[in-house]
Amino acid sequence: MRVAEKISAASEKEALVRFEISDLNFYYGAKQAVFGLNLKIPKNRVTALIGPSGCGKSTFLRTLNRMNETIRHTRVSGKILLDGQDILQMDVVGLRRRVGMVFQRPNPFPKSIYDNVAYGLRINGYKGRLDELVEHSLRRAALWEEVKDYLKKSAFALSGGQQQRLCIARALAVDPEVLLLDEPCSALDPVTTAKIEELMFHLKDSCTMAIVTHNMQQAARASDFTAFMLDGKLIEHSETSKLFTTPTDPRTEAYITGRFG
Amino acid sequence: MSRVRLLWRKSLNAVMLTLTGVAAFAVVSVLFLILGYLIWNGGRSLNWDFFTQLPKPVGEEGGGMANAIVGSLKLLFLAAVMGLPVGLIAGVYLAEFGGKTFSFVVRYTTDLLNGVPSIVIGIFAYSLAVLPVKHFSALAGGVALGIMVIPITVRSSEEFLRAIPGSLREGAMALGASRWRTIATVVLPAASGGILTGMLLSLARVAGETAPLLFTAFSNRFWSPGWGQPIASLPVMIYTYAIAPYDDWHRQAWAAGLILLGLVLLANLGCRLALRGRGMGRS
Repeated sequence: MRVAEKISAASEKEALVRFEISDLNFYYGAKQAVFGLNLKIPKNRVTALIGPSGCGKSTFLRTLNRMNETIRHTRVSGKILLDGQDILQMDVVGLRRRVGMVFQRPNPFPKSIYDNVAYGLRINGYKGRLDELVEHSLRRAALWEEVKDYLKKSAFALSGGQQQRLCIARALAVDPEVLLLDEPCSALDPVTTAKIEELMFHLKDSCTMAIVTHNMQQAARASDFTAFMLDGKLIEHSETSKLFTTPTDPRTEAYITGRFG
Repeated sequence: MSRVRLLWRKSLNAVMLTLTGVAAFAVVSVLFLILGYLIWNGGRSLNWDFFTQLPKPVGEEGGGMANAIVGSLKLLFLAAVMGLPVGLIAGVYLAEFGGKTFSFVVRYTTDLLNGVPSIVIGIFAYSLAVLPVKHFSALAGGVALGIMVIPITVRSSEEFLRAIPGSLREGAMALGASRWRTIATVVLPAASGGILTGMLLSLARVAGETAPLLFTAFSNRFWSPGWGQPIASLPVMIYTYAIAPYDDWHRQAWAAGLILLGLVLLANLGCRLALRGRGMGRS
Protein backbone atom coordinates (compact mmCIF):
# COMPACT_ATOMS: atom_id res chain seq x y z
CA MET A 1 0.00 0.00 0.00
CA ARG A 2 1.60 3.26 -1.14
CA VAL A 3 1.43 6.39 0.92
CA ALA A 4 0.55 8.45 -2.20
CA GLU A 5 -2.44 6.23 -2.92
CA LYS A 6 -3.66 6.63 0.62
CA ILE A 7 -3.72 10.41 0.42
CA SER A 8 -5.70 10.43 -2.83
CA ALA A 9 -8.43 8.04 -1.68
CA ALA A 10 -10.20 10.28 0.78
CA SER A 11 -13.19 8.08 1.52
CA GLU A 12 -11.06 5.00 1.68
CA LYS A 13 -8.78 6.71 4.18
CA GLU A 14 -11.12 6.22 7.09
CA ALA A 15 -11.36 2.48 6.42
CA LEU A 16 -7.61 2.05 6.01
CA VAL A 17 -6.57 4.03 9.04
CA ARG A 18 -6.99 2.71 12.54
CA PHE A 19 -5.62 5.58 14.60
CA GLU A 20 -5.69 9.20 13.54
CA ILE A 21 -3.71 11.50 15.76
CA SER A 22 -4.06 15.26 15.32
CA ASP A 23 -2.06 17.96 17.02
CA LEU A 24 -1.20 15.90 20.06
CA ASN A 25 0.56 17.65 22.91
CA PHE A 26 1.53 15.87 26.10
CA TYR A 27 2.79 17.31 29.38
CA TYR A 28 4.38 15.75 32.43
CA GLY A 29 3.45 18.49 34.86
CA ALA A 30 5.01 21.62 33.41
CA LYS A 31 7.37 19.78 31.07
CA GLN A 32 6.11 19.19 27.56
CA ALA A 33 7.08 15.81 26.13
CA VAL A 34 5.18 15.68 22.85
CA PHE A 35 4.76 18.66 20.50
CA GLY A 36 1.97 18.91 17.97
CA LEU A 37 2.13 15.36 16.71
CA ASN A 38 0.13 14.35 13.63
CA LEU A 39 0.13 10.74 12.59
CA LYS A 40 -2.07 8.15 10.94
CA ILE A 41 -1.57 4.55 11.98
CA PRO A 42 -2.75 2.21 9.23
CA LYS A 43 -5.01 -0.71 9.90
CA ASN A 44 -3.64 -4.26 9.93
CA ARG A 45 -0.08 -3.10 9.55
CA VAL A 46 2.89 -2.78 11.84
CA THR A 47 4.03 0.77 12.49
CA ALA A 48 7.39 1.20 14.18
CA LEU A 49 8.28 4.22 16.29
CA ILE A 50 11.98 4.91 16.37
CA GLY A 51 14.11 7.66 17.81
CA PRO A 52 16.78 8.34 20.40
CA SER A 53 16.17 7.86 24.12
CA GLY A 54 13.87 10.44 25.59
CA CYS A 55 12.37 11.51 22.28
CA GLY A 56 8.86 10.77 23.51
CA LYS A 57 8.05 7.64 21.57
CA SER A 58 7.06 5.58 24.61
CA THR A 59 5.11 8.52 26.01
CA PHE A 60 3.28 8.83 22.72
CA LEU A 61 2.57 5.11 22.57
CA ARG A 62 1.07 5.18 26.04
CA THR A 63 -1.32 7.97 25.10
CA LEU A 64 -2.92 5.63 22.61
CA ASN A 65 -4.46 3.55 25.39
CA ARG A 66 -4.41 6.34 27.94
CA MET A 67 -1.98 4.51 30.22
CA ASN A 68 -0.35 7.83 31.00
CA GLU A 69 -3.39 8.70 33.05
CA THR A 70 -2.10 6.37 35.75
CA ILE A 71 0.70 8.87 36.34
CA ARG A 72 -0.15 11.99 38.27
CA HIS A 73 -0.06 15.51 36.89
CA THR A 74 -0.07 14.54 33.22
CA ARG A 75 -2.01 16.48 30.63
CA VAL A 76 -2.89 15.71 27.06
CA SER A 77 -4.41 17.92 24.38
CA GLY A 78 -5.33 17.30 20.79
CA LYS A 79 -7.38 14.59 19.15
CA ILE A 80 -6.80 10.88 18.96
CA LEU A 81 -9.37 9.09 16.86
CA LEU A 82 -9.77 5.33 16.95
CA ASP A 83 -11.92 4.36 13.97
CA GLY A 84 -13.34 7.85 14.04
CA GLN A 85 -14.10 8.01 17.78
CA ASP A 86 -12.14 10.31 20.05
CA ILE A 87 -10.50 8.09 22.64
CA LEU A 88 -10.22 10.95 25.11
CA GLN A 89 -14.00 11.06 25.32
CA MET A 90 -14.38 7.32 25.49
CA ASP A 91 -14.72 5.13 28.54
CA VAL A 92 -11.11 4.31 29.37
CA VAL A 93 -11.81 0.73 30.42
CA GLY A 94 -13.61 0.06 27.14
CA LEU A 95 -10.72 1.64 25.25
CA ARG A 96 -8.15 -0.59 26.91
CA ARG A 97 -10.09 -3.68 25.95
CA ARG A 98 -9.80 -2.65 22.31
CA VAL A 99 -6.22 -1.43 22.52
CA GLY A 100 -3.90 -3.83 24.31
CA MET A 101 -0.36 -3.30 25.48
CA VAL A 102 2.79 -5.36 25.94
CA PHE A 103 5.46 -3.83 28.13
CA GLN A 104 9.20 -3.69 27.98
CA ARG A 105 9.74 -6.10 30.83
CA PRO A 106 7.50 -9.17 31.00
CA ASN A 107 4.98 -8.62 33.81
CA PRO A 108 2.99 -11.83 34.25
CA PHE A 109 0.70 -12.01 37.25
CA PRO A 110 1.68 -14.30 40.12
CA LYS A 111 -0.93 -16.79 38.96
CA SER A 112 -0.87 -19.88 36.80
CA ILE A 113 -0.25 -19.66 33.05
CA TYR A 114 -3.90 -20.45 32.42
CA ASP A 115 -5.15 -17.80 34.85
CA ASN A 116 -2.84 -15.20 33.33
CA VAL A 117 -4.30 -15.65 29.88
CA ALA A 118 -7.83 -16.01 31.21
CA TYR A 119 -7.57 -12.87 33.37
CA GLY A 120 -8.67 -10.41 30.72
CA LEU A 121 -11.54 -12.68 29.74
CA ARG A 122 -12.71 -13.14 33.28
CA ILE A 123 -12.76 -9.47 34.18
CA ASN A 124 -14.78 -8.80 31.03
CA GLY A 125 -17.41 -11.17 32.30
CA TYR A 126 -16.86 -13.70 29.57
CA LYS A 127 -18.80 -16.79 30.49
CA GLY A 128 -18.12 -19.04 27.57
CA ARG A 129 -15.54 -21.72 26.93
CA LEU A 130 -12.41 -20.31 28.49
CA ASP A 131 -10.26 -23.35 27.68
CA GLU A 132 -10.60 -22.87 23.95
CA LEU A 133 -9.89 -19.18 24.07
CA VAL A 134 -6.86 -19.68 26.27
CA GLU A 135 -5.51 -22.23 23.84
CA HIS A 136 -6.25 -19.97 20.88
CA SER A 137 -4.44 -17.03 22.45
CA LEU A 138 -1.44 -19.15 23.40
CA ARG A 139 -1.27 -20.45 19.84
CA ARG A 140 -1.36 -16.93 18.42
CA ALA A 141 1.50 -16.03 20.72
CA ALA A 142 3.49 -19.08 19.57
CA LEU A 143 3.59 -20.46 23.10
CA TRP A 144 1.00 -23.23 23.10
CA GLU A 145 3.29 -26.13 22.21
CA GLU A 146 5.70 -25.25 25.00
CA VAL A 147 3.17 -24.90 27.80
CA LYS A 148 0.17 -27.00 26.87
CA ASP A 149 0.98 -29.63 29.49
CA TYR A 150 1.81 -27.13 32.19
CA LEU A 151 -1.09 -24.70 32.15
CA LYS A 152 -1.53 -24.85 35.89
CA LYS A 153 2.08 -24.04 36.64
CA SER A 154 3.03 -20.62 37.92
CA ALA A 155 3.85 -18.10 35.24
CA PHE A 156 7.14 -17.41 37.00
CA ALA A 157 8.37 -20.87 36.13
CA LEU A 158 8.75 -19.72 32.52
CA SER A 159 11.85 -18.17 31.02
CA GLY A 160 11.99 -14.46 30.18
CA GLY A 161 11.15 -14.99 26.54
CA GLN A 162 8.29 -17.33 27.39
CA GLN A 163 6.95 -14.86 29.95
CA GLN A 164 6.91 -12.13 27.33
CA ARG A 165 5.03 -14.37 24.92
CA LEU A 166 2.66 -15.15 27.77
CA CYS A 167 2.06 -11.43 28.21
CA ILE A 168 1.35 -11.20 24.49
CA ALA A 169 -1.07 -14.13 24.76
CA ARG A 170 -2.71 -12.42 27.73
CA ALA A 171 -3.13 -9.22 25.76
CA LEU A 172 -4.45 -11.10 22.73
CA ALA A 173 -7.00 -13.08 24.74
CA VAL A 174 -9.48 -10.20 24.76
CA ASP A 175 -9.10 -9.92 20.97
CA PRO A 176 -7.96 -6.32 20.77
CA GLU A 177 -8.15 -4.36 17.55
CA VAL A 178 -4.79 -2.77 18.26
CA LEU A 179 -1.73 -4.07 20.05
CA LEU A 180 0.80 -1.58 21.37
CA LEU A 181 4.26 -2.97 22.02
CA ASP A 182 6.71 -0.91 24.05
CA GLU A 183 10.18 -2.28 23.27
CA PRO A 184 8.93 -5.83 23.83
CA CYS A 185 12.19 -7.52 22.89
CA SER A 186 14.72 -5.29 24.62
CA ALA A 187 15.06 -7.71 27.55
CA LEU A 188 15.14 -10.81 25.34
CA ASP A 189 17.70 -12.83 23.43
CA PRO A 190 17.87 -12.79 19.60
CA VAL A 191 16.22 -16.17 19.15
CA THR A 192 13.17 -15.16 21.18
CA THR A 193 13.17 -11.78 19.44
CA ALA A 194 12.96 -13.54 16.10
CA LYS A 195 10.05 -15.65 17.36
CA ILE A 196 8.18 -12.56 18.47
CA GLU A 197 8.80 -10.77 15.19
CA GLU A 198 7.45 -13.78 13.37
CA LEU A 199 4.31 -13.88 15.44
CA MET A 200 3.81 -10.18 14.79
CA PHE A 201 3.85 -10.94 11.09
CA HIS A 202 1.11 -13.50 11.51
CA LEU A 203 -0.93 -11.22 13.74
CA LYS A 204 -1.17 -8.47 11.16
CA ASP A 205 -4.31 -9.90 9.58
CA SER A 206 -6.31 -9.55 12.74
CA CYS A 207 -4.55 -6.83 14.62
CA THR A 208 -3.06 -3.41 14.04
CA MET A 209 0.29 -3.00 15.75
CA ALA A 210 2.45 -0.13 16.86
CA ILE A 211 5.87 -0.98 18.20
CA VAL A 212 8.40 1.25 19.89
CA THR A 213 11.87 -0.01 19.29
CA HIS A 214 15.43 1.05 19.89
CA ASN A 215 16.60 -1.56 17.45
CA MET A 216 16.61 -0.17 13.95
CA GLN A 217 17.28 -3.51 12.39
CA GLN A 218 14.12 -4.75 14.06
CA ALA A 219 12.17 -1.78 12.72
CA ALA A 220 13.50 -2.44 9.25
CA ARG A 221 12.71 -6.15 9.49
CA ALA A 222 9.38 -6.24 11.19
CA SER A 223 7.43 -3.11 10.30
CA ASP A 224 5.52 -1.80 7.30
CA PHE A 225 5.62 1.86 8.28
CA THR A 226 8.10 3.70 10.42
CA ALA A 227 7.82 6.99 12.27
CA PHE A 228 10.95 8.79 13.41
CA MET A 229 10.65 11.04 16.44
CA LEU A 230 13.09 13.51 17.90
CA ASP A 231 12.67 15.71 20.98
CA GLY A 232 8.95 15.09 21.15
CA LYS A 233 8.28 15.91 17.51
CA LEU A 234 7.48 13.65 14.60
CA ILE A 235 10.19 14.21 12.05
CA GLU A 236 9.30 11.75 9.34
CA HIS A 237 6.76 9.01 8.74
CA SER A 238 6.63 6.77 5.70
CA GLU A 239 6.88 3.21 4.47
CA THR A 240 9.73 1.43 6.20
CA SER A 241 11.63 0.57 3.05
CA LYS A 242 11.46 4.15 1.88
CA LEU A 243 12.45 5.68 5.23
CA PHE A 244 15.49 3.48 5.60
CA THR A 245 16.77 3.81 2.07
CA THR A 246 15.81 7.33 1.01
CA PRO A 247 14.81 9.39 4.06
CA THR A 248 13.68 12.90 3.22
CA ASP A 249 14.79 14.66 6.42
CA PRO A 250 18.52 15.01 7.15
CA ARG A 251 17.93 14.30 10.81
CA THR A 252 16.34 10.97 9.95
CA GLU A 253 19.31 10.09 7.84
CA ALA A 254 21.68 11.09 10.64
CA TYR A 255 19.84 8.85 13.08
CA ILE A 256 19.53 5.76 10.95
CA THR A 257 23.13 5.92 9.87
CA GLY A 258 24.13 5.99 13.50
CA ARG A 259 25.53 9.47 13.66
CA PHE A 260 23.64 10.02 16.91
CA GLY A 261 21.10 8.33 19.17
CA MET B 1 55.30 4.84 65.19
CA SER B 2 53.19 2.95 62.67
CA ARG B 3 53.64 -0.25 64.65
CA VAL B 4 51.98 1.35 67.64
CA ARG B 5 49.15 2.55 65.39
CA LEU B 6 48.67 -0.95 64.06
CA LEU B 7 48.53 -2.41 67.55
CA TRP B 8 46.04 0.26 68.61
CA ARG B 9 43.80 -0.44 65.64
CA LYS B 10 43.93 -4.16 66.20
CA SER B 11 43.11 -3.94 69.89
CA LEU B 12 40.32 -1.45 69.22
CA ASN B 13 38.83 -3.88 66.70
CA ALA B 14 39.07 -6.71 69.19
CA VAL B 15 37.42 -4.65 71.94
CA MET B 16 34.56 -3.60 69.70
CA LEU B 17 34.05 -7.14 68.44
CA THR B 18 33.91 -8.40 72.00
CA LEU B 19 31.54 -5.66 73.11
CA THR B 20 29.14 -6.22 70.23
CA GLY B 21 29.33 -9.98 70.73
CA VAL B 22 28.64 -9.68 74.44
CA ALA B 23 25.69 -7.35 73.82
CA ALA B 24 24.21 -9.71 71.23
CA PHE B 25 24.68 -12.61 73.59
CA ALA B 26 23.00 -10.68 76.39
CA VAL B 27 19.95 -10.05 74.24
CA VAL B 28 19.62 -13.68 73.30
CA SER B 29 20.22 -14.92 76.83
CA VAL B 30 17.50 -12.69 78.27
CA LEU B 31 14.95 -14.43 76.10
CA PHE B 32 16.34 -17.84 76.94
CA LEU B 33 16.43 -17.00 80.65
CA ILE B 34 12.75 -16.02 80.59
CA LEU B 35 11.91 -19.10 78.57
CA GLY B 36 13.94 -21.33 80.83
CA TYR B 37 12.44 -19.88 83.98
CA LEU B 38 8.93 -20.22 82.60
CA ILE B 39 9.47 -23.76 81.39
CA TRP B 40 10.98 -24.79 84.69
CA ASN B 41 8.32 -23.25 86.87
CA GLY B 42 5.35 -23.53 84.58
CA GLY B 43 6.13 -26.85 83.05
CA ARG B 44 5.74 -28.54 86.39
CA SER B 45 2.18 -27.32 86.75
CA LEU B 46 0.97 -27.95 83.25
CA ASN B 47 -1.46 -30.81 83.29
CA TRP B 48 -4.72 -31.82 81.75
CA ASP B 49 -6.61 -30.08 84.55
CA PHE B 50 -5.11 -26.76 83.61
CA PHE B 51 -6.70 -26.88 80.20
CA THR B 52 -10.06 -28.31 81.14
CA GLN B 53 -11.02 -27.14 84.62
CA LEU B 54 -12.37 -23.89 85.92
CA PRO B 55 -10.61 -22.01 88.73
CA LYS B 56 -11.41 -23.45 92.10
CA PRO B 57 -12.76 -21.28 94.94
CA VAL B 58 -10.19 -19.24 96.82
CA GLY B 59 -8.13 -21.37 99.14
CA GLU B 60 -8.77 -24.69 97.45
CA GLU B 61 -5.99 -26.43 95.61
CA GLY B 62 -6.12 -27.48 92.00
CA GLY B 63 -8.38 -26.28 89.26
CA GLY B 64 -7.38 -24.85 85.95
CA MET B 65 -7.76 -21.95 83.57
CA ALA B 66 -9.95 -23.34 80.87
CA ASN B 67 -12.16 -20.25 80.94
CA ALA B 68 -9.17 -17.93 80.61
CA ILE B 69 -7.84 -19.80 77.60
CA VAL B 70 -11.20 -19.69 75.88
CA GLY B 71 -11.64 -16.11 77.06
CA SER B 72 -8.39 -14.99 75.47
CA LEU B 73 -9.41 -16.67 72.24
CA LYS B 74 -12.79 -14.96 72.28
CA LEU B 75 -11.18 -11.59 72.93
CA LEU B 76 -8.71 -12.11 70.10
CA PHE B 77 -11.58 -13.06 67.83
CA LEU B 78 -13.36 -9.81 68.67
CA ALA B 79 -10.18 -7.80 68.21
CA ALA B 80 -9.67 -9.45 64.83
CA VAL B 81 -13.20 -8.76 63.65
CA MET B 82 -13.07 -5.14 64.76
CA GLY B 83 -9.50 -4.16 63.98
CA LEU B 84 -8.21 -6.22 61.04
CA PRO B 85 -10.62 -5.11 58.29
CA VAL B 86 -10.20 -1.46 59.23
CA GLY B 87 -6.43 -1.84 59.30
CA LEU B 88 -6.30 -3.66 55.97
CA ILE B 89 -8.52 -1.23 54.10
CA ALA B 90 -6.65 1.74 55.53
CA GLY B 91 -3.42 0.06 54.41
CA VAL B 92 -4.86 -0.39 50.93
CA TYR B 93 -5.77 3.29 50.84
CA LEU B 94 -2.29 4.37 51.88
CA ALA B 95 -0.56 2.10 49.41
CA GLU B 96 -2.81 2.60 46.39
CA PHE B 97 -4.48 5.96 46.66
CA GLY B 98 -4.00 8.85 49.00
CA GLY B 99 -2.78 12.30 48.28
CA LYS B 100 0.48 13.41 49.81
CA THR B 101 -0.87 15.40 52.73
CA PHE B 102 -3.66 13.10 53.79
CA SER B 103 -1.44 10.02 53.59
CA PHE B 104 1.14 11.73 55.73
CA VAL B 105 -1.49 12.60 58.32
CA VAL B 106 -2.86 9.05 58.33
CA ARG B 107 0.57 7.48 58.71
CA TYR B 108 1.59 9.88 61.42
CA THR B 109 -1.55 9.37 63.48
CA THR B 110 -1.25 5.61 63.00
CA ASP B 111 2.24 5.71 64.46
CA LEU B 112 1.00 7.90 67.30
CA LEU B 113 -1.82 5.47 68.02
CA ASN B 114 0.73 2.69 68.09
CA GLY B 115 2.62 4.56 70.77
CA VAL B 116 -0.34 5.28 73.03
CA PRO B 117 0.11 3.37 76.30
CA SER B 118 -2.17 0.36 76.38
CA ILE B 119 -3.71 1.42 79.66
CA VAL B 120 -4.81 4.70 78.13
CA ILE B 121 -6.52 2.75 75.36
CA GLY B 122 -8.12 0.72 78.12
CA ILE B 123 -9.51 3.87 79.72
CA PHE B 124 -10.81 5.00 76.35
CA ALA B 125 -12.54 1.70 75.77
CA TYR B 126 -13.87 1.86 79.32
CA SER B 127 -15.59 5.18 78.73
CA LEU B 128 -16.83 4.03 75.35
CA ALA B 129 -18.07 0.53 76.07
CA VAL B 130 -18.34 0.04 79.81
CA LEU B 131 -19.72 3.27 81.27
CA PRO B 132 -22.79 3.55 79.02
CA VAL B 133 -23.96 0.05 79.95
CA LYS B 134 -22.52 0.07 83.47
CA HIS B 135 -20.91 -3.33 83.34
CA PHE B 136 -17.75 -4.98 82.08
CA SER B 137 -17.98 -7.14 79.01
CA ALA B 138 -16.03 -9.20 76.53
CA LEU B 139 -17.14 -6.74 73.89
CA ALA B 140 -15.45 -3.86 75.69
CA GLY B 141 -12.27 -5.91 75.94
CA GLY B 142 -12.53 -6.66 72.24
CA VAL B 143 -12.88 -2.96 71.50
CA ALA B 144 -9.74 -2.14 73.46
CA LEU B 145 -7.70 -4.87 71.79
CA GLY B 146 -9.22 -4.05 68.40
CA ILE B 147 -7.99 -0.48 68.64
CA MET B 148 -4.51 -1.76 69.39
CA VAL B 149 -4.54 -4.11 66.43
CA ILE B 150 -5.27 -1.34 63.92
CA PRO B 151 -1.93 0.53 63.70
CA ILE B 152 0.15 -2.62 63.29
CA THR B 153 -2.17 -3.97 60.60
CA VAL B 154 -2.23 -0.67 58.71
CA ARG B 155 1.53 -0.38 58.53
CA SER B 156 2.24 -4.00 57.67
CA SER B 157 -0.51 -4.16 55.03
CA GLU B 158 0.77 -0.97 53.46
CA GLU B 159 4.32 -2.25 53.44
CA PHE B 160 3.44 -5.53 51.75
CA LEU B 161 1.21 -3.84 49.19
CA ARG B 162 3.93 -1.38 48.30
CA ALA B 163 6.31 -4.28 47.73
CA ILE B 164 4.19 -5.41 44.79
CA PRO B 165 5.81 -3.86 41.68
CA GLY B 166 3.89 -1.26 39.73
CA SER B 167 4.39 -3.23 36.52
CA LEU B 168 1.83 -5.76 37.77
CA ARG B 169 -0.76 -3.05 38.24
CA GLU B 170 0.03 -1.62 34.81
CA GLY B 171 -0.39 -5.04 33.23
CA ALA B 172 -3.85 -5.44 34.74
CA MET B 173 -4.97 -1.92 33.88
CA ALA B 174 -3.78 -2.30 30.30
CA LEU B 175 -6.21 -5.23 30.01
CA GLY B 176 -9.09 -2.98 30.98
CA ALA B 177 -9.24 -3.61 34.72
CA SER B 178 -10.44 -0.67 36.76
CA ARG B 179 -8.46 0.58 39.74
CA TRP B 180 -10.35 -1.35 42.41
CA ARG B 181 -10.47 -4.47 40.28
CA THR B 182 -6.72 -4.39 39.81
CA ILE B 183 -6.28 -4.14 43.56
CA ALA B 184 -8.79 -6.86 44.37
CA THR B 185 -7.76 -9.42 41.75
CA VAL B 186 -4.04 -8.85 41.30
CA VAL B 187 -2.41 -6.76 44.02
CA LEU B 188 -4.11 -8.14 47.12
CA PRO B 189 -3.72 -11.80 46.13
CA ALA B 190 -0.05 -11.18 45.40
CA ALA B 191 0.49 -9.56 48.80
CA SER B 192 -1.83 -11.88 50.70
CA GLY B 193 0.92 -13.96 52.27
CA GLY B 194 2.62 -11.01 53.85
CA ILE B 195 -0.62 -9.34 54.85
CA LEU B 196 -1.96 -12.43 56.59
CA THR B 197 1.23 -12.93 58.54
CA GLY B 198 1.18 -9.27 59.53
CA MET B 199 -2.33 -9.76 60.86
CA LEU B 200 -1.30 -12.85 62.78
CA LEU B 201 1.59 -10.98 64.33
CA SER B 202 -0.60 -8.09 65.39
CA LEU B 203 -2.96 -10.53 67.12
CA ALA B 204 -0.03 -12.24 68.79
CA ARG B 205 1.07 -8.90 70.12
CA VAL B 206 -2.21 -7.94 71.70
CA ALA B 207 -2.74 -11.44 73.06
CA GLY B 208 -0.55 -10.60 76.03
CA GLU B 209 -1.90 -7.14 76.81
CA THR B 210 -3.14 -6.91 80.38
CA ALA B 211 -3.71 -3.26 81.20
CA PRO B 212 -6.49 -2.54 78.71
CA LEU B 213 -8.39 -5.61 79.86
CA LEU B 214 -8.32 -4.71 83.54
CA PHE B 215 -11.27 -2.39 83.29
CA THR B 216 -12.98 -3.52 80.13
CA ALA B 217 -13.22 -7.27 80.17
CA PHE B 218 -12.34 -7.40 83.84
CA SER B 219 -12.24 -11.06 84.78
CA ASN B 220 -14.46 -14.00 85.56
CA ARG B 221 -14.04 -17.10 87.65
CA PHE B 222 -16.60 -18.95 85.56
CA TRP B 223 -17.51 -19.36 81.95
CA SER B 224 -18.63 -16.20 80.22
CA PRO B 225 -21.57 -16.85 77.90
CA GLY B 226 -22.14 -14.51 75.00
CA TRP B 227 -20.26 -11.27 74.58
CA GLY B 228 -21.83 -8.97 77.15
CA GLN B 229 -20.36 -10.34 80.35
CA PRO B 230 -17.00 -9.96 82.07
CA ILE B 231 -14.61 -12.54 80.74
CA ALA B 232 -11.41 -14.16 81.99
CA SER B 233 -8.22 -13.91 79.99
CA LEU B 234 -4.76 -15.36 80.42
CA PRO B 235 -2.86 -12.12 81.06
CA VAL B 236 -5.33 -10.90 83.69
CA MET B 237 -5.31 -14.27 85.39
CA ILE B 238 -1.54 -14.16 85.56
CA TYR B 239 -1.78 -10.74 87.16
CA THR B 240 -4.41 -11.83 89.68
CA TYR B 241 -2.69 -15.10 90.60
CA ALA B 242 0.84 -13.81 90.76
CA ILE B 243 0.16 -11.20 93.42
CA ALA B 244 -1.99 -13.52 95.52
CA PRO B 245 -0.61 -15.18 98.67
CA TYR B 246 -1.23 -18.76 97.55
CA ASP B 247 1.61 -20.92 96.26
CA ASP B 248 -0.76 -22.99 94.22
CA TRP B 249 -1.92 -19.85 92.45
CA HIS B 250 1.69 -18.85 91.77
CA ARG B 251 2.26 -22.21 90.19
CA GLN B 252 -0.76 -21.75 87.95
CA ALA B 253 0.36 -18.26 87.01
CA TRP B 254 3.65 -19.67 85.77
CA ALA B 255 1.80 -22.21 83.68
CA ALA B 256 -0.39 -19.51 82.17
CA GLY B 257 2.66 -17.42 81.39
CA LEU B 258 4.24 -20.36 79.64
CA ILE B 259 1.13 -20.94 77.52
CA LEU B 260 0.97 -17.30 76.54
CA LEU B 261 4.62 -17.04 75.61
CA GLY B 262 4.42 -20.33 73.78
CA LEU B 263 1.53 -19.06 71.66
CA VAL B 264 3.32 -15.82 70.83
CA LEU B 265 6.53 -17.62 69.93
CA LEU B 266 4.65 -20.10 67.80
CA ALA B 267 2.90 -17.31 65.90
CA ASN B 268 6.16 -15.44 65.32
CA LEU B 269 8.09 -18.50 64.18
CA GLY B 270 5.25 -19.64 61.96
CA CYS B 271 5.10 -16.23 60.30
CA ARG B 272 8.80 -16.14 59.65
CA LEU B 273 8.76 -19.58 58.08
CA ALA B 274 5.72 -18.78 55.96
CA LEU B 275 7.24 -15.55 54.72
CA ARG B 276 10.55 -17.16 53.87
CA GLY B 277 8.76 -19.75 51.81
CA ARG B 278 7.27 -17.01 49.68
CA GLY B 279 10.62 -15.45 49.00
CA MET B 280 9.68 -12.13 50.54
CA GLY B 281 12.14 -11.53 53.30
CA ARG B 282 11.22 -9.35 56.20
CA SER B 283 14.00 -8.37 58.59
